[in-house]
Amino acid sequence: MSANQFKSPVVRWIDHRLPVFSMLHHTAHDYPTPKNLNYMWNFGSLAGLSLAIMIVTGIVLAMSYTAHVDYAFDSVERIMRDVNHGWMIRYIHMNTASFFFIVVYLHMFRGLYYGSYKAPRELLWMLGVVIFLLMMATAFMGYVLPWGQMSFWGATVITNLFSAIPYVGESIVTLLWGGFSVDNATLNRFFSLHYLMPFIIAGVVVLHIVALHRFGSNNPIGIDTKGPQDTISFHPYYTIKDVFGIAVFLLLLATAVFFFPNAMGHPDNYIPANAMQTPAHIVPEWYFLPFYAILRAVPDKLGGVLLMFGAIAVLFILPWLDRSPVRSARFRPLFRIFFWLFFVNAIALGYLGGKPAEGIYVILSRVATAWYFLHFLAILPLLSMFETTKPLPKSISEPVLGSSGRAA
Amino acid sequence: MLKRLFLALFVVTLAGPAMAAGGNVELQKRDWSFSGPFGTFDKAAMQRGFQAYREVCAGCHGMKLIAFRNFADLGYNNDEIKAIAAEYEVQDGPNDDGEMFMRPGIAADRIPSPYANDNAARASNNGALPPDLSLIAKARGNGPDYLFSLLAGYKDAPKGTTVPDGMYYNAAYPGHLIAMPQPLYGEDVTYSGDADDSIEGISSDLVQFLMWAAEPKMEVRKRIGVAAVFFLGIFVVVSYMAKRRVWADVH
Repeated sequence: MSANQFKSPVVRWIDHRLPVFSMLHHTAHDYPTPKNLNYMWNFGSLAGLSLAIMIVTGIVLAMSYTAHVDYAFDSVERIMRDVNHGWMIRYIHMNTASFFFIVVYLHMFRGLYYGSYKAPRELLWMLGVVIFLLMMATAFMGYVLPWGQMSFWGATVITNLFSAIPYVGESIVTLLWGGFSVDNATLNRFFSLHYLMPFIIAGVVVLHIVALHRFGSNNPIGIDTKGPQDTISFHPYYTIKDVFGIAVFLLLLATAVFFFPNAMGHPDNYIPANAMQTPAHIVPEWYFLPFYAILRAVPDKLGGVLLMFGAIAVLFILPWLDRSPVRSARFRPLFRIFFWLFFVNAIALGYLGGKPAEGIYVILSRVATAWYFLHFLAILPLLSMFETTKPLPKSISEPVLGSSGRAA
Repeated sequence: MLKRLFLALFVVTLAGPAMAAGGNVELQKRDWSFSGPFGTFDKAAMQRGFQAYREVCAGCHGMKLIAFRNFADLGYNNDEIKAIAAEYEVQDGPNDDGEMFMRPGIAADRIPSPYANDNAARASNNGALPPDLSLIAKARGNGPDYLFSLLAGYKDAPKGTTVPDGMYYNAAYPGHLIAMPQPLYGEDVTYSGDADDSIEGISSDLVQFLMWAAEPKMEVRKRIGVAAVFFLGIFVVVSYMAKRRVWADVH
């Protein structure tokens, strides 16, 4: 890529000294991308957009927010009532947080279905799991900031989990709290970290993209690209496709923000935090519910905590649990069935996490938790040994030209 | 594409009921003027609701997030707002002698709360704390229906339920035993004109007022929302056509 390809002399002059335009051209325009990506490949750009929206609205909210137990709740209401369009900024921030998780969960299920975690993309996948972990920490701390009842009691329940760790647990909890209970020091450090972590996420996203560009996107067929006939340049083909995805995403987001802004929140968080009064049911935000269900499924506190973190740790080692050389579920009939069972099971865990921990819900939570781990630790390794996969096409362009060439 | 949208919606709708934790109580579903994407507040009902709040509720319940200047939303003009504010005594100070003093309210003041602090409120109410009502319509599941059902929900306790001293039976309250005595009996407020002053009529006015207090920007929110959805709808169509055009030579 040489600088003389740019028409504008100014751009050429700058690029000769500071090759940012060449770099952009290289990453967005020349970047060869499989030509057969379906709409499931839209969620990466949507996750990036969500992060950008969160950072921009968050910076604006921080200008009017007061991180103090006596003022936090009222300062949020001040934003809702007296700051110009403050209600809109806050509702966008609140709802984009939920949409961010929807998009990232779909992005992850896409990876699971099409085997995007397999060699040579193991690190790409693992960086994604790191982003997911950072997102959960950021979202959890952000939910504490309005200092409503669910903020306070959610913070109390989740930070207390760390006390289950032998020997150092109590010290860790004291460190998280900055004292001996969830109080002003806790709110202050959570605000500080909530502001910091999105930028760490942005940094890991850069690594995620560097790792992606090393071998390029996986694709629905899951075989490597064999040459120029299998690829198209990222721009304009996938930029315009991403723009369409963004339009649909923004339409849905606007519908939530302007017409159902509190549908994904909890009414109790409009009650100011009160250390003397425990809410009837302490439930985390919806995107934590599957992991909350796993936590509560275990009668032992330490066991529950270990299993909850294990549920994410198992994603880290996924590339070595599923050793089948075939990536895409399209050519793995048994894997495909188990994938959808896993999907339904994950939704069921989310449902159970929102129910009180009693009676049939506890039993179902245990079954679903067992299935979650069974899927990763037993079913995937066994499938990679015994499953008979369907024959793979020779190249991407073969099936593309053969079937969808006429269909589209 | 549609399949994926439904998938996303599925996740959202699934989360909804999980969030709506509550007791097993029956709520009376009502059609509120502010429901739906084009719903607006009923100004006359809100004014009556404020009157009912002031005459019935304000003895125990504060609304500390609401300033008199906000009453412009209820349809009052500046002079009317100043007059309403001046009917309240507001603590100000310290003055040059270092003393706090009382003065008539101005438009910028918030509605004064009935008690100096929570302990004073509990001391006057048998240990129960009457909650501030500024956000109550959002702080309860199905807020408007719940508040209406609660205000109209006082009944004789069914046989077998013992109601302790200082508690009252309410069909809509989670657990059914509430420390708030029945606030409305009908004709509690003298409305000018011939507005409905039955329990249901006053309750409905109060709900209008309280929903506005909890979500004062609702009307402008929905107005911008309609424009945003309309604009983004066009954006979806245009970007889809552009995508088809660009991809025409690939397929």
